Amino acid sequence: MRKKFSLPLVGLILFGFISPFVFTNYISQITLLWLMVLFAVTWDILGGQMGYNSLGNITFFGIGMYVSAVFQISLFADVGQYTAAFGGDNTPFTDAQYFQGLIGGMALAAISCAIIAALLGRMFFGLRGAYFAIGTLGLALAVSEIIATWDWVGGGSGISMPVFPYEADQKSQMFYWLTFVLAISAFLFVRWLYSTRFGLAINSIRDDEDKAEAMGVHTFRHKAAAWTIAAFFLGISGALFGNMSGFIEPLEVAFPTITFGIFMVAMCLLGGKGTLWGPVVGAILFHVIKETTWTYLLGWQWIALGVIIVVNVVFFQQGIVGWMQEKWPEKFGIDVDDSMSIEPAKAATSAVKDNG
Amino acid sequence: MISNILLLVDQYLLNIQLLLDGIFVGSIFALAAYGLALVWGVMNVKNLAQGEFVIMGGYIAWFLSTKGLHPILSLPISFAIMFGFGWILYRTIISRVIGKDMFISLLATFGIAFVIQQALNIAFGPEVQVAESGFGTTSLFDGFVTISSIKVVAFVLCLILAGSVVVFMKKSRMGQAIRATAQDARAAKVMGIDTERVYAFTFALNAAIAGAAGVMISMIWNIQPFYGVPHSIRSFVIVTAAGFGNLPGVIMAGLGLGVVESYGGFVIGAEVQQAIVVGMLLLILVWRQILMRRHRQALK
Repeated sequence: MRKKFSLPLVGLILFGFISPFVFTNYISQITLLWLMVLFAVTWDILGGQMGYNSLGNITFFGIGMYVSAVFQISLFADVGQYTAAFGGDNTPFTDAQYFQGLIGGMALAAISCAIIAALLGRMFFGLRGAYFAIGTLGLALAVSEIIATWDWVGGGSGISMPVFPYEADQKSQMFYWLTFVLAISAFLFVRWLYSTRFGLAINSIRDDEDKAEAMGVHTFRHKAAAWTIAAFFLGISGALFGNMSGFIEPLEVAFPTITFGIFMVAMCLLGGKGTLWGPVVGAILFHVIKETTWTYLLGWQWIALGVIIVVNVVFFQQGIVGWMQEKWPEKFGIDVDDSMSIEPAKAATSAVKDNG
Repeated sequence: MISNILLLVDQYLLNIQLLLDGIFVGSIFALAAYGLALVWGVMNVKNLAQGEFVIMGGYIAWFLSTKGLHPILSLPISFAIMFGFGWILYRTIISRVIGKDMFISLLATFGIAFVIQQALNIAFGPEVQVAESGFGTTSLFDGFVTISSIKVVAFVLCLILAGSVVVFMKKSRMGQAIRATAQDARAAKVMGIDTERVYAFTFALNAAIAGAAGVMISMIWNIQPFYGVPHSIRSFVIVTAAGFGNLPGVIMAGLGLGVVESYGGFVIGAEVQQAIVVGMLLLILVWRQILMRRHRQALK
């Protein structure tokens, strides 16, 4: 099928390439921006396109972080001993060991999160609507509680991650590029995904699950696959964030239900859920507003966040991109790709061919 | 963990202690859950801010007790304030999400819950608070079982409150209107019932009941701005297990949850209490799925 040239996409990628050289002082903020884009895009696979509002996607972020941490440490040290020292254990990691651990940890985090999502899907995707949202919220709380009482992985006092072997400047550069590539590849992946039959299938689940099932869409498999994809990317992002922050613990860093977990939902709502660009627009807008105004609100920022969610949900359900699609359908509306539909003539010839 | 179980078998009187504690706390859970069941059944709004209503009621009692008013006397005040709060909330926000996509009501109440948590945090700080009732304790069986009198008082208050709500729903004009609207909102409207007013009243009543439950919680347990989420989850566990419109079921499920939590806290440890609640939620959801699967097979 033909791919259309997309100006905003090129702009986004260009911004990503240029910004570390132009905005050198804000590199950690922009790294966080890419992380937010990733959060919003992966949340929208379920929340927007499939209509399953998960309040616990942050679970995979945390699981990825812990899997990666345990793997990185266990390669060269005993995990129980390392964590028992409450971060005081300065087991020296050589350069090679650090990078082996990082790459392996990211891969393992992605794979194990995908597997866990597929398994949990078995349990959660029989739930619909409100039950799914509450169940996933409970999932995030339960996993963080379990990890907080599990001494082998440091319990509530956390793990201090292996130290980056070079200078701090190089560290922020490296993690910038890694998050940037991750976010863009996630975006390109879902962009492709929504243009396939899979995208249509999950949209049909959102519109009417029972009818979709009656029409022959294997709804359960599609739902589990969508969650697995989201978990895959979130797992990698967790591994990256854990190494970036240098210290992980269950409540604030690994399973921040109250911050990142809510930001994902708020960003998608703001940008317009169920649209391709909505999460990206929402994430960028949200992050920029947050970074510029947050510190001046003196504790009221959380109330502002809650009010944003309520006002957004009650008065502005379609979000920015959704509103633009309604306002200027000829510019931003959904266009049907003709090459996807089976034309009558083509169908007839293929039928003739099949009959020999 | 095993030693704790052995201790329960050995010192069987401990069971009485745990059972009583569970029942006293469970009756309060049942009260809060009854409010949720009411709103869910009448207007099909899944209120994720239920636990925050509870905590808010608790903070009203605690705040008045620091001003010198006994927490039990603040029960009607908390009831009235929460009723007004619920009414305002309905008029401003909830009335706009009724009848829309269910996620909208869910996310809207989620946002409300978030605002309440943070506002309480700013107003009263993140410390754990208890509204002191100043009541003593009673010892039974040579000091093996101790019961603080406030728990008994709270239990009795719960019974009175639940009983009066039931009588209200059965006998009063408004209660009948609520039940009629729950059965068929359109037909009720045709018959001349102001459903909008019924909805507002139901939501306000729910907030008031939850607030009253919060007063008890602040007396026999503790409150903190962020303790609302477990209470919301508890209410959902109870309503999901019992189904709405089933008052005996809600009471039984509430007491059962209280007992399970009390035993779980003793056997596994008090630090995993939230995990126990969430675990119960997951169990109930899985159980529900099994029931639904059986239902599906019957359709084949």
